[in-house]
Amino acid sequence: MNEIHCQLLVIGAGPGGYTCAVRAGEQGVDTVVVESGRAGGVCMNVGCIPSKALIHAADEYERMQRRAQRTSEAGLRCAGVELDYPQTIAWKDAIVDRLDGGVTAALKQARVKLVSGRARFRDGKTVVVATETGDQVIRAENVVIATGSVPAELPALPFGGIVGSSTDFLAATELPRRLVVIGAGYIGVELGTVFAKFGVKVTLVDLAPRILARYDVELTRPVARRLAALGVTIRTGVQVEGLDGRGRVVLATPAGEEHLEADRVLVAVGRRAALADSGIEELDLARDGPFLRIDERCRTSMRGVYAIGDVTGEPMLAHRAMMQGEVVADLVAGHRRVFDPRAIPAICFSDPEIVTAGVPIEEARRTHADLLVGMAPFRANGRALTISDGSGFVRVAARADNHLVVSLQAVGTGVAELAAAFGLAIEMGARLEDIAGTIHAHPTLGEAAQEAARQALGRGEALR
Amino acid sequence: MGLLSRINGSAHLLLWSEIGIGMAERAVRLPDVGEGVAEAELVEWLVKVGDHVQEEQPLAVVMTDKASIEVPTPIAGEVVWLAGEPGQNLATGSDLVRLRVDEGRDDADGSTVAGVDQAPDPGSGSTSVSTPDPASGPASDPDPGRVAGRQSAAASSSAAIGPTISAASRDAPSGPGAAGRAPGGRVAAAAAASTRPDDPAALPGLSSGSADRPLPARHGEASSAGAPGRRLRPGATPILPRPVGERPLASPSVRLRAREAGVDLRRIAGSGPAGRITHDDLDRLFEQGPQPAPAGTGLVADESVEDIPIIGLRRRIVEKMRIAHEHVVDLTYVEEVDVTELETLRARLNEQYKDSGRAHLTPLPFLMRAMAIALAAQPRLNAHFDDDAGVLRRHGGMHIGIAAQTAAGLVVPVVRHVEARDLWSCAAELARVTDAAKGGTATREELSGSTITLTSLGPLGGLMSTPIINYPEVAIVGVNRIAVRPHWDGHAFVPRRMMNLSCSFDHRIVDGWDGAVFVQRIKALIETPAMLFVS
Repeated sequence: MNEIHCQLLVIGAGPGGYTCAVRAGEQGVDTVVVESGRAGGVCMNVGCIPSKALIHAADEYERMQRRAQRTSEAGLRCAGVELDYPQTIAWKDAIVDRLDGGVTAALKQARVKLVSGRARFRDGKTVVVATETGDQVIRAENVVIATGSVPAELPALPFGGIVGSSTDFLAATELPRRLVVIGAGYIGVELGTVFAKFGVKVTLVDLAPRILARYDVELTRPVARRLAALGVTIRTGVQVEGLDGRGRVVLATPAGEEHLEADRVLVAVGRRAALADSGIEELDLARDGPFLRIDERCRTSMRGVYAIGDVTGEPMLAHRAMMQGEVVADLVAGHRRVFDPRAIPAICFSDPEIVTAGVPIEEARRTHADLLVGMAPFRANGRALTISDGSGFVRVAARADNHLVVSLQAVGTGVAELAAAFGLAIEMGARLEDIAGTIHAHPTLGEAAQEAARQALGRGEALR
Repeated sequence: MGLLSRINGSAHLLLWSEIGIGMAERAVRLPDVGEGVAEAELVEWLVKVGDHVQEEQPLAVVMTDKASIEVPTPIAGEVVWLAGEPGQNLATGSDLVRLRVDEGRDDADGSTVAGVDQAPDPGSGSTSVSTPDPASGPASDPDPGRVAGRQSAAASSSAAIGPTISAASRDAPSGPGAAGRAPGGRVAAAAAASTRPDDPAALPGLSSGSADRPLPARHGEASSAGAPGRRLRPGATPILPRPVGERPLASPSVRLRAREAGVDLRRIAGSGPAGRITHDDLDRLFEQGPQPAPAGTGLVADESVEDIPIIGLRRRIVEKMRIAHEHVVDLTYVEEVDVTELETLRARLNEQYKDSGRAHLTPLPFLMRAMAIALAAQPRLNAHFDDDAGVLRRHGGMHIGIAAQTAAGLVVPVVRHVEARDLWSCAAELARVTDAAKGGTATREELSGSTITLTSLGPLGGLMSTPIINYPEVAIVGVNRIAVRPHWDGHAFVPRRMMNLSCSFDHRIVDGWDGAVFVQRIKALIETPAMLFVS
């Protein structure tokens, strides 16, 4: 098979990889992208998109249940509710297929060559791709490692049998009766909530003392309340020992050993960089813990070799990888770029949703001795009361010396869409006065951000 | 800031003029910062016009012979006038800052102006207050009334020098009657210190500078007390200085444009709210600045020229070096020294005494002892040459100046009476004075009076150097890097730890022969370190 020579070789067609390849191709860079699975990566195939589809379906189903049980406060009633779960999964797959088709078309339009197969580095500028028709050698001036991440395994609970990863659970067409979710991070909470709403008896287990331990307690309190209302059992501060002979999950608790009945076990304890079987190990690139170390231009320790996305560590977010991909594409096309975001918004699609942008509030408190913090609860927000029970709030933190907003967070139904406003405010260098002085449409959830800014300024200030 | 002590003395406050009801302007005068100097150099303003200052907030940094000193304000108020630009010399007693003081508020809040001396100064008829003594700290007298009763005209002047200048602290009259009075109703200065043995400031020679230094947060708090937006006058576009290390504030489009033009935003002050860098700021830069290099090369031509005023410690160094160059006729002599034995001994001593609480031994204390022994045989090298008077002032005490690098520049703290110190004492005192110098807490006494100097750049010591005589001394010993080098022992090359000594002498006083004898004596002592311990 003839060798391929190109200017830019992108390994992995996930959100980072395909964004990088498309943008490079659009600028006339001769680009090849290699993907061992389907284009779109984890996010599109077995991550963000399918999980959002199931979250939506589960929400609808749970609402209809309430109507059928005549507990809907809005007075909506219906006679009977049926769940055709295989159809739900098929619907989700159709959405994924549509998006996949979109990615493939975008690559084609940008004149990017897509090579299917697993890539293996021969040296820093040469990879061998095992394709269906044999080994394909690709030589490139610049290489982008965008191989992403895979679910982390628990040594005590290896994947297989009743134990599965988020990938397995997003694909399964059958609902278990009793589900134990190991890991109460955002993946565990999102999927745990989905299955609870579909009527599964869910137990959330985590070693940390509380759920969603990456967020502060105030942000997670409404989520914990909702999980309890959905009948989810939360077991925090306990260690998972493994499965016993009868397929029960063994927990080590301060009170002693405990055995949890489970038809299926979802292990969602995080994700690790996908570097195995790629020859990347032999390149001996500098590491940052288990991840590849990169600089502000996403350059690894080897000249001409870049890395973007989950392989470069936290935060493992598709939108971070996409922006890194754009930066690298522009660099290869000869522009000057750096990846220097002020805010990488993050959303947990729990019920209710959590959105954060800027530095976490605890970190802001540590960094700035004087911090102005304002909070606006949704129970005083008209729009929130029409779509939810009004739980949650928007919180803003700003430096006291110049009122520069350093952190914006919210928890509440539908707050995910506030991520755009939050990110823009911090990225543009907004001060509290900027947010307080911007007319926010009424009635919207966003008004709470304006109110929080006013609170942070203090009443007298806001009147000036 | 390199050497920084707080002034503990009394800044005189002068009633300037009455402005309306309840408002008055008062002048804070440059206090006598010690040793009766007639003037001091203004190094840095810590406030600007329009700032609201709290009492005890530092106003400015001034520098006398060697030490930088912060001058705090004795009262709160709004800054309306500053005495000049950094780099100017100001006469002691002249107005430093004028403050607009809200008398009405002060009356209501007795603690704020409790220290204002309402009794007119007999000489000028003006009203004066003594500066707060930071060293008195929490030991303040809670009863302003009682303090007021004791206060006398003598008190405010006698407490002029505080404990950071240790000689002065000892000289200050003690006892309650002599206590100066701080605005907060505190018993101030030396009297308070001497009655509190647990107060480090009360111990002569121990600097209280670090404890007294105001927290940086207080600076920030005070200078930004006006909060953003409120202090800005309409139409003005003040350029706010950005603290070092802070990311420039700019929107993504500004950042992108700057990146493409090869402009480092960290070098640009922003005119927008909160110091935000705007497209206008970039436009201005492109209008005046150099044309950016074509995109894509990654390399940018930097044609900027910056005029850096040489003030403060650097100006002192310039002056000192100029005098040394004009007067001294240098002779530099370089010799290599085998320090293998010394390093073995040093390692063993450090190992043996590592948990004893004794100071860690570097090679310098050994060299100090060797210098002391060599100087005993050649006392003319331990001297000051007053060439105007034609007198060589030979000193009995061997006070070795130690050249030390600080953030602000070179300073030379002094280890006194090395002839009376053993190795451990040399090491401990060396560590103490160099730490004090680097921490900016060294007193004037610790920074002056050396009779010979020792300079070492440690691992940066290089192969040889040409040390500059610390005028008016006549000799300086420079230490170069220790390295393992092959040495011919008569039969074979053996690896030995070698170190060069580069010593300069004032050839007007020290003949080449004498200098060589001095260095050879040190070499012999260092190569057989047991000789250091034989009297």
